[in-house]
Amino acid sequence: MRWIWIDRFTEFEPGRRAVAVKAVTMAEEHLHDHVPGFPVHPPTLMIEGMAQTAGVLVGDAFDFTEKVVLAKVTRATFEAHVRPGELIRFEAEVQGEVRREGAAVTGHITRNGEAVAEIELMFAHLDQSREPVELGNENFVFNEDFVRMLRMRSLRDLGKPAPTPEA
Amino acid sequence: MALSRDEIKDKVREALVDALGVDEDEVTPEARIGADLGAESIDYLDIVFRLEKAFNIKIPRGDLFPDNILQSEEFVQDGKMTAKGLEELKGRLPHADLSEFEKDPKVDDIADLFTVDMIVRYIDLKLNEEGG
Repeated sequence: MRWIWIDRFTEFEPGRRAVAVKAVTMAEEHLHDHVPGFPVHPPTLMIEGMAQTAGVLVGDAFDFTEKVVLAKVTRATFEAHVRPGELIRFEAEVQGEVRREGAAVTGHITRNGEAVAEIELMFAHLDQSREPVELGNENFVFNEDFVRMLRMRSLRDLGKPAPTPEA
Repeated sequence: MALSRDEIKDKVREALVDALGVDEDEVTPEARIGADLGAESIDYLDIVFRLEKAFNIKIPRGDLFPDNILQSEEFVQDGKMTAKGLEELKGRLPHADLSEFEKDPKVDDIADLFTVDMIVRYIDLKLNEEGG
C-alpha cells in the first residue's frame, strides 16, 4: 500500500517552493466514513498532503540523501471544507533555507483560489538531530522505489519529458 | 541599527510563544526552555530558525544550544562535568550564567542553563559583535 496524498507537482523551485495538487473524489473510501452524510476531505490528510509536498521539497535540497521526517506541526488552521470534485492546491515555501539539521516550511492550502488552510511545519534530518537515533544507513524515507517514482513523475524535471525508467 | 534590551526581549518572547505555543506571561527571564516551557529536541531548532529570522542573523549549529559537548570523557565523568569540561562549557556559553551550575555540575542539569534570559544575552552579544 502507498500512502500518497498528493497527485502531482505543478511547480517546483528547488530549495525554495513547491506546488502540488490533489483531486478529491467520491471513489475514496474515507470520504464516506469520515463524516457520514457529509463527505469532506479530512483536515488531517491535508496536513499529510502538505507534509508530503514540503517533505519532497526539503528532501530534494540534499538530493534525497537525508532522512527527512516531519518533526512538528507548528500550526494548522482550517477555514473551509474541501468536497468531492474539487482540486486541492498545496503550496509549500521554505522559511529561509534548508539547513543541515532540517527546515521550517510555511504552507498555504487553497481550492479554486480560496483559502482552505494555513500550515506551518518543521522537518528534521534524523542523522543530524540533537538526539540521533541508530537507524542504520538505509534511507527508509526516500528509498529507491520512492526516488524512482518521483523521477518517473518527472518531479525533478518539471516541464521536460519524463525520463525512461532504468531497467 | 542597535536594538535595546527590551526590544530584544520582545522579539525573543514572540519567537518562543510561536515556537512553543506558550502564553506570553509564561516567558519570564528565568523560565527554562525545556523544564518550564516544555521544549522538546525539535523545538530548539525551531527556536533557532525563528531567532534568525527575527533578528536577521545566522546562528551556527550548536552556538546557542551546544549539543555535542557531553560525548567526551575528557569533559564528563560519572555524570558530572570535569574542571576541563566546565572551562569548555564557559567558553562555548559566554551568554549563560554558570554560577549556580558550577557548584554541582551534573550533566543532567545542563538543560536548566537554557533560560529565556540566556537567549536574550546571546542575541545581545551576537548583535554587538556583528555591529562591530
